[in-house]
Amino acid sequence: MWEYTDKVKELFLDPKNAGVVESANAVGEVGSMACGDALKLTLRVNEEGKIEDARFQTFGCASAIASASALTEMLKGKSVEEAEKITNQEIADYLGGLPKEKMHCSVLGQEALEQALANYRGEPSKKEEEGEIVCECFGITDRQIERAVRENNLTTLEDVTNYTKAGGGCESCHDRIREILREIRAEQQSNVRPEMSNIQKIRRIEETLEKEVRPALKQDGGDIELVDVIGNRVLLSMRGTCAVCKASEQTMKNFVQGKLRELVWPDLEVEEVRS
Amino acid sequence: MKTVYLDNNATTRVAPEVVEAMMPFFSDFYGNPSSAHRFGGQVAGTLREARAHVAALLGAEPEEILFTSCGTESDNTAVLSALAVNPGKRHVVISRVEHPAIHTLGQHLAKQGYEVTEIPVDGQGRLDMDRYADSLRPGTAVVSLMWANNETGVIFPVEEAARMARDQGILFHTDAVQIAGKVPIRLKESTVDMLSISGHKLHAPKGVGVLYVRKGTPFSPYLIGGHQERNRRGGTENTPGVVALGRACELAAGSMERENTEVRRLRDKLETELTARVPNSKVNGRDSERLPNTSNISFEFVEGEAILLMMDEFGICASSGSACTSGSLQPSHVLRAMGVPFTMAHGSIRFSLSIYNAEEEIDFVIEKVPPIIERLRSLSPFWDPSAKSCESG
Repeated sequence: MWEYTDKVKELFLDPKNAGVVESANAVGEVGSMACGDALKLTLRVNEEGKIEDARFQTFGCASAIASASALTEMLKGKSVEEAEKITNQEIADYLGGLPKEKMHCSVLGQEALEQALANYRGEPSKKEEEGEIVCECFGITDRQIERAVRENNLTTLEDVTNYTKAGGGCESCHDRIREILREIRAEQQSNVRPEMSNIQKIRRIEETLEKEVRPALKQDGGDIELVDVIGNRVLLSMRGTCAVCKASEQTMKNFVQGKLRELVWPDLEVEEVRS
Repeated sequence: MKTVYLDNNATTRVAPEVVEAMMPFFSDFYGNPSSAHRFGGQVAGTLREARAHVAALLGAEPEEILFTSCGTESDNTAVLSALAVNPGKRHVVISRVEHPAIHTLGQHLAKQGYEVTEIPVDGQGRLDMDRYADSLRPGTAVVSLMWANNETGVIFPVEEAARMARDQGILFHTDAVQIAGKVPIRLKESTVDMLSISGHKLHAPKGVGVLYVRKGTPFSPYLIGGHQERNRRGGTENTPGVVALGRACELAAGSMERENTEVRRLRDKLETELTARVPNSKVNGRDSERLPNTSNISFEFVEGEAILLMMDEFGICASSGSACTSGSLQPSHVLRAMGVPFTMAHGSIRFSLSIYNAEEEIDFVIEKVPPIIERLRSLSPFWDPSAKSCESG
């Protein structure tokens, strides 16, 4: 069972602002029944650009209903300028937090808001306007993923799935999502830090091995040890069952190198040394 | 608030008679049955009795019963054993609707280079027997098909499938976790080679399971260690658990008729009433042969987790095949395999009864659920009371 905050439970069991605003002049509709959640947001903006009324209709789980209700509460009385600054994190914060697997409910709210405001201004909806579909199962574009990654500082594939649902279906887009994560990381690193010192690199590699790699290997009775780092060459040694496993080379190249490139530095080359 | 427990395919209440039988084995008769002293040795006799009760429920011999820690261990042991004793055969046949204990194992084996064929089911959850017949070949090491589905209760013709495997010299395993104790099983009269059951699905505690291995079936242990279970499963016996399971099997044999009369009547009443009172709802697998206690109902245009949480406010316990409930993002693989449309799959609720359910509880659920669905539909952007059902689409 999910651990929801009292605020989520309250807004789920007794949602505020359910329904449709009469004579709405801003409408946003996102999601679909096939995807498992959908939200229709209707707003009435007055002549001074203030949101007078906000209502929602949701198909979805408890946190989707609560997120939509929270959003309408946050919107009432705000100006359009204030409203467009609302982030998905603020929706989650209003609810006292959401389980990480449910963060996509807050993203759904923010997307509906964005659409509604675009509709108010008579602009085409952003989703249709740009981006190419990455996740076919849930119809998520690269722009949506990039945005969620940047705004929420996401670093792993799992994060991306939790926030956008992308990659949560057939999984065939996982490589593309990792690529997007690498691109954004590389771009952020080149902006902030042109080069990583060797000490930082070793620390980050150790950290990644500990958090991301070892738990998976240990499930199969294996382990891994960092032997040395020379430039971008990472020398590793397999332990336990991994040391005698014929698939260890594949594990090294695909899994370990993938993780290290994703989370540490995109140019790393992993090499297995026998010790 | 009173609890109305209709989630017996998830786990069951331990029967009071079972608790009574197992308690002395914690602090009075706590000896190790392998010990040389009488204090430990006396426990071995009780284990023998328990083994005989389990064998009786399954129509098997006591020496064909191997105690494990759970249904998943039994399932894994069976399939991995079949692969180990057939090193040249790299093909495994399962169904598309298996429990994760087999389904995920199948995916794991596929990654290791085994060829895994998943037999499809039709819209009523029935196994495609033609595809099954076509899938069997000399390189097939093992077939594993569940006897009854945990989500829909649909029963597969496992005895017939086992005969077809036997004709081609292929080992056959079945996950009988949901069916044991609900429908008579006579393994002596079948050609099933291995069969799994789980204690906590039939009113014994969690942490004990059984793998039946037919006499003469080649076997390779999964847990390697001591000589327990005639060298087939290392690890000190879970004596209270085994005693409990023995008692639970004895009780199950006695209550099987009630499962098929009283429990079935309450289940039928529940699903007939709910689908009559709630428009755009339907029972998944209704036309198939099903377990007497299980009903999987889809309520169109609403989401299962939201239904569960609202039922929870009334103390009603059930489960859902919706995506949001499980933490995965797609609805149940069972309902998808049956081709249940998304509009229906997301709003599916599984009610699973037991002999402990009373008529008032069923009446309570029949009264409480329709307004919940109506309330959630009133929040849904897709619900139009005049809309035609999508179920034919």
